[in-house]
Amino acid sequence: MNVGLTCDVVVVGAGMVGAACALYAARAGLDVILVDRGPVAGGTTGAGEGNLLVSDKEPGPELDLALLSGRLWGELAREFGAAIEYEAKGGVVVASSPGGLAALERFAEGQRAAGVVAEPVAGDTLYDLEPHLAPGLPGGVHYPQDRQVMPALAAAHLTRASGARLLTGRTVTAVLRTRDGAVRGVRTDRGDIHAPAIVNAAGTWGGELAALAGAHLPVLPRRGFVLVTEPLPPRKVRHKVYAADYVADVASDSAALQTSPVVEGTAAGPILIGASRERVGFDRTFSLPVVRALAAGATRLFPFLTDVRAMRSYLGFRPYMPDHLPAIGPDPRVPGLHHACGHEGAGIGLATGTGHLIAQALTAPGKTPDLDLTPFRPDRFTEEAA
Amino acid sequence: MTDREPGQPRLAVIGAGPAGLAAAIAAAARGVRVTLLDSAAEAGGQFYRQPAAELRARRPQALHHEWRTWERLRDGLDAHVRAGAVRHLTDHHVWLVERRADGRFTVHALLGPEQEDPAEVCADAVLLATGGYEKVLPFPGWTLPGVITAGGAQAMLKGTLATAGRRAVVAGTGPLLLPVATGLASAGVEVAALVESAGPRAFAGRARALAAQPGKVAEGARYGARLLRHRVRLLARHTVVEAHGADRLEAVTVAALDGAGRVRPGTGRRIPCDTLAVGHGMLPHTDLAETLGCRLDGHAVHVDDEQRTDVPGVWAAGEATGIGGAALSLAEGHIAGRSAAARLRGARPEPAEWAAAARTRTRLRAFFAALDSVYAPPAHWAEQVTDDTVVCRCEEVTGGAIRAAVAELGAGDARTVKLLTRAGMGWCQGRVCGPGVAGLAGCELTPSRRPFARPVPLGVLAAAGEDD
Repeated sequence: MNVGLTCDVVVVGAGMVGAACALYAARAGLDVILVDRGPVAGGTTGAGEGNLLVSDKEPGPELDLALLSGRLWGELAREFGAAIEYEAKGGVVVASSPGGLAALERFAEGQRAAGVVAEPVAGDTLYDLEPHLAPGLPGGVHYPQDRQVMPALAAAHLTRASGARLLTGRTVTAVLRTRDGAVRGVRTDRGDIHAPAIVNAAGTWGGELAALAGAHLPVLPRRGFVLVTEPLPPRKVRHKVYAADYVADVASDSAALQTSPVVEGTAAGPILIGASRERVGFDRTFSLPVVRALAAGATRLFPFLTDVRAMRSYLGFRPYMPDHLPAIGPDPRVPGLHHACGHEGAGIGLATGTGHLIAQALTAPGKTPDLDLTPFRPDRFTEEAA
Repeated sequence: MTDREPGQPRLAVIGAGPAGLAAAIAAAARGVRVTLLDSAAEAGGQFYRQPAAELRARRPQALHHEWRTWERLRDGLDAHVRAGAVRHLTDHHVWLVERRADGRFTVHALLGPEQEDPAEVCADAVLLATGGYEKVLPFPGWTLPGVITAGGAQAMLKGTLATAGRRAVVAGTGPLLLPVATGLASAGVEVAALVESAGPRAFAGRARALAAQPGKVAEGARYGARLLRHRVRLLARHTVVEAHGADRLEAVTVAALDGAGRVRPGTGRRIPCDTLAVGHGMLPHTDLAETLGCRLDGHAVHVDDEQRTDVPGVWAAGEATGIGGAALSLAEGHIAGRSAAARLRGARPEPAEWAAAARTRTRLRAFFAALDSVYAPPAHWAEQVTDDTVVCRCEEVTGGAIRAAVAELGAGDARTVKLLTRAGMGWCQGRVCGPGVAGLAGCELTPSRRPFARPVPLGVLAAAGEDD
């Protein structure tokens, strides 16, 4: 079956970012085809926790994108709400020592100046927010703008609402280009798709797609495990709660294992425990030392979890870029190719802003976008730096 | 854990059913220190399940065939335990086997029945004899009290000497249904019908492979005679289409199947009963093997002629490597135990020494492959599942929700269906509903990764193997 398809834009990757790109592009009036070699949410989206965070971001371009994305998620929540298990639950970052609390408060002060709502929480008030936290913690910071969705549901529902033609189980094998190098579509294992524009939303595999177009994009896998507990009664853990060390781990460039406990309840009842980070390629082997460290960190934060059972654990590969910033926008090296990948562990949260900016770039390339894309330029890496 | 005598290699055998017992005895007899771990209070597994001692069964052998084989295994185990060659750890629920950086293994277990306290066993090699579990496909009413699995009914008969009800229907497909029906009938239950979706003609097509097993044919004939004696009606090429009842089971509707595996319209009939024992075959338990990184062939652990998996130091035997009954498990366990013993002592195993077991293995694998192609659920069973039938009981996911995930949200495989509906995310981790969900979604049932073979308290996990 080698029937050619035609559309305005092919989005490659039916994860959260691809779904958001499809939605915003379609709503801007474009005819969209969304193609994926697997099913919807089959990659990192299906292995994530669904964090929409501002709390873990220092002032800068990523935080600006997170704030824009947060506003857009708020709009989508009115449309999709319960179907995607959207919860504006807020985050609580907990310090374990007075020194750590001072550092956390300085970090929050900078975030406030950038537009983040960050409320210092002294000892006692901390337990009003999270009654089951370990006793004796000095305090923390409350981030009401942190939210959560169920990522696979969000990707599936945004895809459906976009009206885009969804082609799953199709692998892109080549990027078709005109004689002067511009994109004219993709070749898949089940036929060609013709379009003057491609969006690379292939996440952790975005470097491979870029290479098919002859462009260098250094996306690397950064493995993470998540532990899932048995379902618990509601409100045992009320916010997304994590230790202050998490921010340093996210920003780390080390390939070695980092774990800092991130604990949160879900609409369905189980508690999710993250977050480990290590660069070990696409190794899917279960690692007891990693999962043990997650369990130890979570039980230190919430001692009641000691008797709660872990039902399963799963792993995923975050799309890691050397400077921890995604690649968003047109690629000057390949006319028609747009990138929307490399969001590391923040792709669910940053998906809406990314999709919105991609739609702007596709429909009004001459106009100034809502956010300066310069820091996200896909050609900012030299081959040697990778 | 520091009980290691220099020079004596240690083998951990997981599962004390026929395969595990045969393996433990074979290895212990050849100079290996064996630790045999099992979740039950006594050895025997599902096949040789024993009535609890306090019930003082006068003739437990009435419930078992091959009683003499069991006595030999039991006496062999007892002798090795007395001699200190085998340590038999009962009530040990293994949740993970860890392959450590030095190539050795730590078996992580929870002590039963509460499964709160941990126990760890170190070994130079492990032998997985984790057995199989029952496959049950959904149908309207299958969650009513009174509907039990065929294997559950048999376990009840063997383990507690209790019977389920007064009037039972046994239904589904597979060789297990016959002993369940005759077992219930012998225990005084009126068995109103044995409903088997396979038809007699399917057996005819496989006659040669089946006839190559005279013992098995005789066994089938014995069951057939017993069915006749108890006046059990056999409805071949039939299926249960619905179970009825307000608070509990009151009746089932069964119907005939056409050649394509669809229900023939107008053939439905209602059979009053208080018990429905239903099963659609067995699936191998592969969680521990998968987490170790062992390769699977379809649903079974892949092994070579010596019963070795592709992970160094890991052997597997019995139904974990493919469903095939107790006699095949014994042969595989024996071979695995001998191979492990030789390799652990640095010797090359001599397959000629286990030639008889190898011949049995070849014969029985062929026989069960033939059975497997005969006993199949109706091809179109999923059509009987209504949109309001609960398919995943743990998370209460209906047939309609699964169909919507496929038709409207773009799910095309079992994992995406699970992500979008929560089917299979609950307490049983999809062990019960997995085949049903895959069938309804129209996709292949693929083994799902379950890193923990059973739920483990976070406090235990946080300290697991810490002093490695």
